[in-house]
Amino acid sequence: MYEQITRNKRDSWFLIIVLIVVLCGLGLVIGLAWFGSRTGAIGFLGVFGIVAIVWSLIGYYAGAGMVLAASGARKITHDQAPELWNVVDEMRIAGGLPMPDVYIIDDPAPNAFATGRDPQHASVAVTRGLLDELNRDELQGVLAHEMSHVRNYDIRFATLVGILVGVIALVADIFIRGTFWGGGRRSEGGGNAIFFVLAIVLALLAPLAAYIVQFAISRHREYLADASGVELTRNPLGLAHALEKIAADPRPLRVANRATAHLYIANPLKNKKAKESAGLFDTHPPIQKRIAILLAMAHDTGEPAEAPQA
Amino acid sequence: MIALIIVIAIVVVVAIAVALLYNGLVRRRNQVDNAWSQIDVQLKRRHDLIPNLVEAVKDYMSYEQETLTKVTDARAAAVSAGSQGPEAQARAENALTQSLRSLFAVAENYPDLKANQNVLSLQEELTTTENKISFARQFYNDSVMTFNMMIQQFPSNLIAGMFNFSARQFFQAEEADKEVPKVDLR
Repeated sequence: MYEQITRNKRDSWFLIIVLIVVLCGLGLVIGLAWFGSRTGAIGFLGVFGIVAIVWSLIGYYAGAGMVLAASGARKITHDQAPELWNVVDEMRIAGGLPMPDVYIIDDPAPNAFATGRDPQHASVAVTRGLLDELNRDELQGVLAHEMSHVRNYDIRFATLVGILVGVIALVADIFIRGTFWGGGRRSEGGGNAIFFVLAIVLALLAPLAAYIVQFAISRHREYLADASGVELTRNPLGLAHALEKIAADPRPLRVANRATAHLYIANPLKNKKAKESAGLFDTHPPIQKRIAILLAMAHDTGEPAEAPQA
Repeated sequence: MIALIIVIAIVVVVAIAVALLYNGLVRRRNQVDNAWSQIDVQLKRRHDLIPNLVEAVKDYMSYEQETLTKVTDARAAAVSAGSQGPEAQARAENALTQSLRSLFAVAENYPDLKANQNVLSLQEELTTTENKISFARQFYNDSVMTFNMMIQQFPSNLIAGMFNFSARQFFQAEEADKEVPKVDLR
């Protein structure tokens, strides 16, 4: 367990450094393309580097609040939803963690996510639909999954990566738009045509690569959180049945978007085609595969395995 | 000169290793203590909830005096076992769990109870407290296992012996307790 957490923290730093380097590289090439001079390029590099670091710090300290606000989540106390509060309390005890803040999202689509920068500053949010549709065992399974994200420091990683990937996409977008609006003309005087082409290619590829890396890691972590969630509840069927109910619900989550989708326990955007394997741009592994793994676990522990109902 | 440097290097490496192992032992011992206090909090919470529950149901269940008395007695025994170490306390708390389980089983026969909001919310609190006790015990036992393993394994056993770290007791669950407790009135 400790090894996994240590690796996760190290991976987080590694990926963040890579993303900052990519951002600086993007700055350098864009600077060369627009100004064609060494000072211009280094100036751009510096500006991008500072933006990346400042933005990371903002994300680190305020990212969770931004995500919760964007999702329309409302903080609750014990008396407003005793069962939800108690189940969260049970799961944080099972994981030996402090009590996180608990939020409810008023939306009929069943889903849940966790965010924050470490277990001492963590929040879990569930939708009204999840509370209405799941029984206590299933709710326990979902919250065990979320508390595993908290315990493994997935929440810090996911929040930071989401924000940095967002910045890379934004910068690339601004460059491409800027080029069409007049950057191109300016470059005729000082800009270098080779760097210009290079910058466009990079601006197109960088966000794509960043997304692919983000999604691949996010998919891997969902499997991991399923497994360590079961370690907390010792009941794979609870989470399996919860995922079946979530898979069976056709409603997309209104408050989720491309930037927050990877945080949720199951893809909230519900692109319709059910697939056997995950594509490069999927934030989540195929839900049926996750259910199958959980049912196999239940079988191994001697509990009766059931065929997926969804 | 070279020999001296080698000797100093070895001493430094050994000192660092000792410090790391010692800190690891302390961290795990603190985790065990912390896990134990989590169990303690939940056991006390259950002791506090039971008189309220007995009070709330006794008018409905006047024919079940024996069951109610058993719960009250088991609670008293569990409270006084609190100072006798994990093993004795586990035995008393398991007896209390048993008596509560039979109370909830009997309660199934009283439909009026299911309509009483006060009883329902006490029921939710007791259910969650039961769950929290078993999850806290699970975490405690896992922590004890890691700690005890470190005390026995080489090389941390040397440090443990030097600084008097001693193995901790598990909080045993009774056999029947390993089934998921089902106390739903709904």
